[in-house]
Amino acid sequence: MDYVQITDTQRRQMLSAIGASGIEDLLAGVPAGIRLGRPLALPPPLSEQELRDELLARAGGCAGGLITFAGAGAYDHYVPAVVDALASRGEFLTAYTPYQAEASQGTLQAIFEFQTLICRLTGLDVANASMYEAASALAEAVLMLAEGGRRRIILCEPLHPHYRKTVATYLVDLPLELVIVPHAGGAADLAAAKKAINADTAAIVVQSPNFLGVIDRGVAELAAIAHEAGAGLVHVFDPISLALLKKPGELGSDVAVGEGQPLGNPLSFGGPYLGLMAARENLMRRMPGRLVGRTADADGRTAYCLTLQTREQHIRRARATSNICTNEGLIALRAAIYMAAMGTAGLRAAATVSMQRAHELARRIGTLKGYELPFADRPFFREFVIRCRTASPEAIVQAGLEKGLLAGVPLGSFDEKLADCLLVACTEKRTPGDVEALVGLLASLG
Amino acid sequence: MSAPTDRRYSQTHEWCKLEGEQAVMGLTQFAVDQLTDITFIELPAVGAKVKAGQPMGLVESVKAANDLYSPISGEVVGTNAAAVETPSLLNSDPYKAGWLVRIKPSQKAELDSLLDAAAYDKLCEQ
Amino acid sequence: MVVKTTVPNLFERSCPGANSGAFTAAPAGPAPAELLGKDADLLSDVPPPLPDLGELEVVRHYTHLARRNYSIDGEFYPLGSCTMKYNPRINEWAAAREELANLHPLAPPAAAQGALRLMYELRCYLQEISGLAEVSLVPAAGAHGELTALKTIVGYYRARGEKRTQVLTPDSSHGTNPASCTVCGRSALPVKSRPDGTIDLDDLAAKVTAETAALMITNPNTLGLFEKNIQAAAKILHDHSAQLYLDGANMNAILGIARPGDFGADAMHFNLHKTFSTPHGGGGPGAGPVAVAAHLAPFLPVPQVVEKDGRYALDFDRPHSVGMMRSFAGQFGVLVRAWCYIRALGPAGLKRASETAVLNANYLAAALRELLPLPYDSGCMHEFVLSAQRHGASDRGLAGKIAKRLLDYGMHAPTVYFPLIVPEALMIEPTETESLATLDEFIAAMRAILQELQADPTALDHAPHHLPVARVDEVAAARNPVLKWTD
Repeated sequence: MDYVQITDTQRRQMLSAIGASGIEDLLAGVPAGIRLGRPLALPPPLSEQELRDELLARAGGCAGGLITFAGAGAYDHYVPAVVDALASRGEFLTAYTPYQAEASQGTLQAIFEFQTLICRLTGLDVANASMYEAASALAEAVLMLAEGGRRRIILCEPLHPHYRKTVATYLVDLPLELVIVPHAGGAADLAAAKKAINADTAAIVVQSPNFLGVIDRGVAELAAIAHEAGAGLVHVFDPISLALLKKPGELGSDVAVGEGQPLGNPLSFGGPYLGLMAARENLMRRMPGRLVGRTADADGRTAYCLTLQTREQHIRRARATSNICTNEGLIALRAAIYMAAMGTAGLRAAATVSMQRAHELARRIGTLKGYELPFADRPFFREFVIRCRTASPEAIVQAGLEKGLLAGVPLGSFDEKLADCLLVACTEKRTPGDVEALVGLLASLG
Repeated sequence: MSAPTDRRYSQTHEWCKLEGEQAVMGLTQFAVDQLTDITFIELPAVGAKVKAGQPMGLVESVKAANDLYSPISGEVVGTNAAAVETPSLLNSDPYKAGWLVRIKPSQKAELDSLLDAAAYDKLCEQ
Repeated sequence: MVVKTTVPNLFERSCPGANSGAFTAAPAGPAPAELLGKDADLLSDVPPPLPDLGELEVVRHYTHLARRNYSIDGEFYPLGSCTMKYNPRINEWAAAREELANLHPLAPPAAAQGALRLMYELRCYLQEISGLAEVSLVPAAGAHGELTALKTIVGYYRARGEKRTQVLTPDSSHGTNPASCTVCGRSALPVKSRPDGTIDLDDLAAKVTAETAALMITNPNTLGLFEKNIQAAAKILHDHSAQLYLDGANMNAILGIARPGDFGADAMHFNLHKTFSTPHGGGGPGAGPVAVAAHLAPFLPVPQVVEKDGRYALDFDRPHSVGMMRSFAGQFGVLVRAWCYIRALGPAGLKRASETAVLNANYLAAALRELLPLPYDSGCMHEFVLSAQRHGASDRGLAGKIAKRLLDYGMHAPTVYFPLIVPEALMIEPTETESLATLDEFIAAMRAILQELQADPTALDHAPHHLPVARVDEVAAARNPVLKWTD
């Protein structure tokens, strides 16, 4: 099966119009010595029906319908049907980047509204049209702040290990210095951060709620520490939590970066996700990625276009500070539709139920034999750590699969000191029955 | 179109004119025509030390971003706030109202190494 | 149907209380403040002010917005370098399968065998298509692939105790190439093109030194020309132990015809959202898998999808790897679609796709060169670049005007003003999925537009006339940036 519509007759007609005797004539520019003289060694073509069956065989090789308590940066929130229905419209799905503004007002207005929604969610002044996902967005945020010439970047643990590692990969070939401040009992170590900061520091990075689920009380103080040294604070946030918690802007953050997947997007085995980035006004001209601006058309009607493009790679080339081009337009659209459909009350309901389930689960596990909550004295939102005294976290996850549960994320592969720990998250999709099932599983293994 | 003969020009399309002890600089008509509608200007702070041939600011249009090079070495003693506020001044009047930076030269002789109007016109024709 | 001339934004349309909030059952348990107890001060007093809309209002809003877009589904979209081909709907169905869409990225391998198998298979397919030893599916987009590959190359040199601070890029290259070099801490040095549009080997030879890490080249290049001296260029680089990097943006021209690994490339990236038909979504998501020769393979990012005895896994334990470039393992939903596309077409179908892409481009070029200059005229591949500069300076801006007028004819515009080495460039890439009738309509539209211009030199100045908005004032947008709605 292919999607070519040119018939054999038309092909001959076209070749004759070109003045070529065959397709080979048109490929004459490809030297004979490098031509592939054989068919590609790939499986044979499939009809759509056969393709369906092959795909279903792959899908069938995954444990479908798992009740998931895994989080760690990817959350199983409910996606309203209206999100899929609207975002799958061909006019959104099959359009390119809106370079021709007049023919792309739909995408452009949707992005403008997305930028506004992200500003309102984060309490910051300016948001871009999206980055790939949270880890690379964080790396880009750090590079943006380092553009002023300062070289030190301080990452406060506990930060999602994938984010930390990605920042490290981005920085390794640049004249920048990465300082990692270990956490103090599940939250950022403010005293250590204060010690690490110097006049050459561009940014402090803190995540809240952090990788271990804890809502960090120290964000505002870290912002003050950063500002005192002339540096900026990057707050890694969770968009669902901002229905309830103080926003990055309220806490004094200069840049907010977050994973937008929970806003109306499926888990999809890790991607495509959505890098969210918002910042204070003074960073507007340093923001990476696309920005949509509101303007007027020649007749004075409201219209939208890509703007401040001189920041971007296609104009600035080697002098650009980011190379991002293709972003996550459709995922951002989904996030916008999600927020529009949910509204403030809907988002608060989802966040509140998620939090209630997680707190109920924690309370129940706290009473079980063989388990403890190592960061029980810290506030948390919808995710927390369980220390498993008897069964290993991996064995718990394995046993859960047999009961249709994904019990959480074992932390040993991220941090040896947490090898006996399981990170569990609840969304509003987890029913009291689901909570009961996980408690039952843990009790049976305790 | 000829460049005014009362001033000198750099290879990078800045003009520079001595007014008493200070040099005033801006972008040439040719440069602003190439850039088209100018949307944003970033100028050095008053007091900054600048060096001939080194970038000291930024001029942007919708489709281009160009460094602004200092035609002469010295200290910045003034910048055109009106041009920063209304970048279209550069398009409408690049040689007068659209001036950009006032510099106290450290070596006035540098001015002599810049192009005169005839040489600059020739450069633009190429 | 009336396409509205303006659509009020979500916030203007908001009406307090209109959203019945029926997506989540009302929270019955303790309030967040109660759950947080002594830490209740962490809660905000001001909930985020999202719009308040009923579901129908949301549906109408986005339906109105959708009608204000051109798209492949609706219009011919010959945007050069972007490969706007048809996006098969079966691929959308595939990516939405519950077992795949609801799979958590940190699910244990036992629960994800099917997904991992699909990824591993796609990895192998791309290795075969590229003729290179190993593929990483990690990168999120083409530019991310470029950066990933450069990091891989720099990692390789680091292991050899070399720094190699320079990367060469032809003057016709995509803007992402030099920008990726900068983000990788390398300086980009342009290499000239010859009068025929291909890379100048003398200039290349003069610029390659012991500090050169790589040459980043697009082949076919951005003029749509196959770089016939690509092997000679590879030799010049390899003689200096430098790498040949292929920007795979234009792979749609050579599937099954020539393989980058066979013509000397050491590394490359694919754009799955171009070559392998995954939808662009108004600017993304894309995916930019990277393929490398064996000597670079140990330095690819983690995780790598691997197979052992019929079991599949994500391998994070690769001691020479440059590390992680993003969270999790890649743009899985995009990978699913590309896998479907490759499986549907098979070897013969992929080759036929490229051949037809070349045929369609040549058919358009043969007709349109009668209307406008085709400055680089040595036989195009899947795209070609016309110049709207017929009469020197008086034609300034004409490419942009033709582009805007084409919109009135119900077609998207070509890429304009790129590559930079062609004045008034119109870069046209029809792709293989268009019908002959559509190609003929495009030729007719171009002819009609140039006739309008002939009759009245100012005829195009105010186009478009038949779209929901007239010419958008981009200068005002940049002079006074309004990037969000304020009540």
